[in-house]
Amino acid sequence: MKTYLLPEYIVERDAERCIRCKVCVNQCTYDTHYYDAEDDVIRSRDENCVNCQRCVTFCPTHAITIRKNPNAYRENSNWTWETFRDIKKQSETSGVILTGMGCDKPHFTYWDRLLLNASQVTNPSIDPLREPMEIRTYLGAKPDALEMELENGDVVLKTQLTPQLCLETPIMFSAMSYGAISLNVQEALARAATECGTYFNSGEGGLHKSLYKYGSHAIVQVASGRFGVHPEYLDVATAVEIKIGQGAKPGIGGHLPGEKVTEDVARVRMIPPGTDALSPAPQHDIYSIEDLRQLIYAIKEATNYTKPVSVKIAAVHNSAAIASGMVRAGADIIALDGVRGATGAAPKVIRDNVGIPIELAIAQVDQRLREEGIRNKASIVAAGGIRSSADVVKAIALGADAVSIATAALVAIGCTICQRCYTGKCPWGIATSDPWISKRVNPEIASERLANLLRAWSFEIKEMMGGMGINAIESLRGNRLALRGVGLTDTELKILGVKMAGE
Amino acid sequence: MLEEEKAIAEISAKLLPRLKVEKNVWKIDAEGLHYRELNSLLRAISRNGAERIEAHNVCGQRYVGTDLDAAIQIDIYGTPGNDLGAFMNGPTIVVHGNAQDGCGNTMNEGQIIVHGNAGDITGHSVRGGKIFVRGNVGYRVGIHMKEFQNKTPQLVIGGTAQDFLGEYMAGGVILILGLDLQEGEFCKARFVGTGMHGGVIYERGNILKPSKETNVMQVGKRDLRVIESLVKEFCKHFGADYNAIMNAKFHKIVPASKRPYGKLYS
Amino acid sequence: MMKNIGKINNPYNDDKDFDGCSLFGMMNLEGKRFSARDPIRAIANMHERGNGLGGGFAAYGIYPEHQDDYAFHIMYLSKEAKEKTDKLLRENFEVLHDEEIPTRTANVRDPPLVWRYFVQPIKQRLEGQSEEDYVIAQVMRINTETGKAFVFSSGKNMGVFKGVGYPEDIADFFRLDEYEGYLWTCHGRFPTNTPGWWGGAHPFNILDWTVVHNGELSSYGINRRYLEMYGYKCTMRTDTEVLAYAVDLLMRRQRLPVEIVAKIFAAPLWSEIDAMEPKKQQLLKALRQTYGSLLMNGPFSIIIAHHGEMIGLTDRIKLRPLIAGTRDNFLYLSSEEAAIRLVSPTLDRVWYPRGGEPVVGKLGERPTIEVLAYREEKVK
Repeated sequence: MKTYLLPEYIVERDAERCIRCKVCVNQCTYDTHYYDAEDDVIRSRDENCVNCQRCVTFCPTHAITIRKNPNAYRENSNWTWETFRDIKKQSETSGVILTGMGCDKPHFTYWDRLLLNASQVTNPSIDPLREPMEIRTYLGAKPDALEMELENGDVVLKTQLTPQLCLETPIMFSAMSYGAISLNVQEALARAATECGTYFNSGEGGLHKSLYKYGSHAIVQVASGRFGVHPEYLDVATAVEIKIGQGAKPGIGGHLPGEKVTEDVARVRMIPPGTDALSPAPQHDIYSIEDLRQLIYAIKEATNYTKPVSVKIAAVHNSAAIASGMVRAGADIIALDGVRGATGAAPKVIRDNVGIPIELAIAQVDQRLREEGIRNKASIVAAGGIRSSADVVKAIALGADAVSIATAALVAIGCTICQRCYTGKCPWGIATSDPWISKRVNPEIASERLANLLRAWSFEIKEMMGGMGINAIESLRGNRLALRGVGLTDTELKILGVKMAGE
Repeated sequence: MLEEEKAIAEISAKLLPRLKVEKNVWKIDAEGLHYRELNSLLRAISRNGAERIEAHNVCGQRYVGTDLDAAIQIDIYGTPGNDLGAFMNGPTIVVHGNAQDGCGNTMNEGQIIVHGNAGDITGHSVRGGKIFVRGNVGYRVGIHMKEFQNKTPQLVIGGTAQDFLGEYMAGGVILILGLDLQEGEFCKARFVGTGMHGGVIYERGNILKPSKETNVMQVGKRDLRVIESLVKEFCKHFGADYNAIMNAKFHKIVPASKRPYGKLYS
Repeated sequence: MMKNIGKINNPYNDDKDFDGCSLFGMMNLEGKRFSARDPIRAIANMHERGNGLGGGFAAYGIYPEHQDDYAFHIMYLSKEAKEKTDKLLRENFEVLHDEEIPTRTANVRDPPLVWRYFVQPIKQRLEGQSEEDYVIAQVMRINTETGKAFVFSSGKNMGVFKGVGYPEDIADFFRLDEYEGYLWTCHGRFPTNTPGWWGGAHPFNILDWTVVHNGELSSYGINRRYLEMYGYKCTMRTDTEVLAYAVDLLMRRQRLPVEIVAKIFAAPLWSEIDAMEPKKQQLLKALRQTYGSLLMNGPFSIIIAHHGEMIGLTDRIKLRPLIAGTRDNFLYLSSEEAAIRLVSPTLDRVWYPRGGEPVVGKLGERPTIEVLAYREEKVK
């Protein structure tokens, strides 16, 4: 069948600049560039280009420009270029449109409509460079009150707190499994988390033996496929996360195609190589809230109550009620993943249409848990669309204890959000299990980039806190007076629990 | 008309009974006076060439000594209020008691000699002049002291200091003696010299635990000359034993860099 | 209904009040009663720190003849409110005596009707609640029921007197020179957004606990949301109210000692906790983990009092002033030393408490002060 799809991008090469070094040919994993020996010229197959900018970045003479295809169908507000493409593609393949990374539509972002406060006159702003500014955060259940006794004039604590995660900065790395991302990337995440005193998350693909040494900064997942879940896996980590859902694809299972299941991936997932790794949509031992309790306590028993148990859900319409049930079921951490959360692969229609924005989910869950008097019993971790330190501060002011980032972390090590993670051919060596492409990420350099990012954001968080006259992050957490809204309806303001700017 | 009479003529009838002159010393009874009244008295007196003033029963009046651009000495008995000598440019103030917060705030020139303690942010942003405190000082003392042209402000503390001593310090000299500390005791002060990017803090013994943006070094000959001259003045003001004070090892705390945050921004 | 008082107190619907202030506290550690003369002089000496829009006093030991009865001081903005409240009081309490609080004409603005009642809860009505919880519930009820009646003092053998005016004028209005107590705390206020509501002045009170406060809590938003989880209704929208409820929750309901509460309000830095010996570290870590939402962040100095105890505390990096002094059996706390010197020119000791380290005066005990490196200067 002749395809009616037009190339999305046009590759332009400045012939005067091009020195035929073939870097672009070697760097492109989609075979976009090729060398024509006869004419001694490099040519491109535009239809293969995904605009990942790998060739552009590595071209030593800056000879390449990638442009959006200027050809367009007749303008139509309803029938966009994307709609055309999807329909044409589906009419040619009868397939579900697959995509990678998070929702790219502009209509769900509340961060940009929230503004932060600063101190003027009536209290001093604090200078984080010279005065203490604390962002350490502990995740886990807290008691409502502490009991203590006097012993020989000393106050001695009687209440034993349940296990806690200690974060030196309130930013963790979201779950990304080996298989979805390369081992080098996971190692970089693990090293940066260790260096910065925070946590990386194994995702649902097990934990490679070579990363066990980072166990003190690892959260391991127990998901519907139970890949790689065994006693040592649970023991080596600092916390265990039950994955119910994911912001990019709430209610959808996962599918790691057999070609990505290399020997190594198979060993870590504890499945035969080359077979598809299917994650069912639900966890088949959790069909109701009491079943969640059963699994939470199975994990707590299996780890002898030494690790906090997190439960991750996609932010959906009834998140507040669901979260309340999760806390009552014994979850120590509620991980919320908003509609803009990313993924290695998801049907686009799900990614862009299912779930709710993380901002609203944080606000609703935090408020509900407070109204029910159980906010102390669990920490809230927010993810799905955190792009900057300002987003982190806003998430915490709305009521999150900490956030997780994945897209931002991947961008730090090269990702350009070309949304083709599901192909397994990531030219940046990130979303791939191909050993040759994986080499493009050097774990040492990548971990340095990640640690730099965390340090820079941490400092910016401190600057914003200092401006508000707050020198410990616990005073920001849930402090919605730090926020004001712009361009929001009364209902949106009410749900967010913030006032209008100027009010 | 005599100078004295001229001065008196400027002073309102209400304030006149508060004033008497004995042997060229102008004595003010400040009890119950509002600071505006007390300062207007001081202004009137100094404008007319007085060289020495004693203010008695001072209790909480603010801004004493500000707006007097003359080489005048004011002895204060009692407890002067906040911002003693703020923006001061020349006079010498001797406090026979304790000073409160903001003593010497943004002083340009002059001297403040406190026989007791001085409160928080003593010497805030001073650009010139000298402050001697016999006793202890509060939080954030010497914060953002700075040098300008030929001015080098100097602050000597006989006792101890609290947190943030020399914070943001950009220039000048702080000398802290810890005279009442016992062997092995130190100032319970956190964040000493935090953000320091100029100037020097001299400590007698090892009584400070400075922040990591600073370096602690041995004092050299030049340093010792500065210390000796300040200690001499200190002893003159407070009658302390010079040799006893100097019989100790001094250290200096200096900023590790003039631009501690050079790498912060990208 | 509930909104009424909040609205009067915060007419522009600001996040909270913003105010600056002067504080003074004076306690006879042997419990000997003394007149209000010195506390009034001392707080008046810090006139410059206020702006005439709020002054107040808490006095302990002033009603010995009714020492076992709850003394309610109530301000009324209307006659109907008083009638309603009288009825409510008589339904739920045995009213042993009530009278208008004696006042004289003074330089104060729009005084409300102020009444005091000595009452005992009707036992059958407690229904399993503690007497104290019952009294608090009734006080909250009165404060929210009509919107025009406000209980501003509810402890036994103590009383709060406060209003709109400079503290010395408030003292004049309430004829405080006629009272004797063994512990006085005083407040002069500089509000920025509460033009004339008598209830908004300090001290804030619940049972016999009082708080006077200087500064602004940047953490107010979360302090308040945390306390709301425990049933407190922050109707006044001031950070001082939040402090008073936090004191009630931690000290009365959870019975934590003051030293511990100080470490919650003004927590040590993590870097300090990390350096502590293991047992202490465990305690302080748990305190921050558990009570982080009650960290009082931003500049404050406060004097908390209840029977037998007066506590001074500043925030952990000391952004507001507090100075302490002792002379014989008196403990003084003040925003400025001059105020102490005015009433006691000679002091045995005078010191600047470190940020976050409480100064505690207990009946019958000399206050202990930090030992390390604080050697008070003896000034003649």
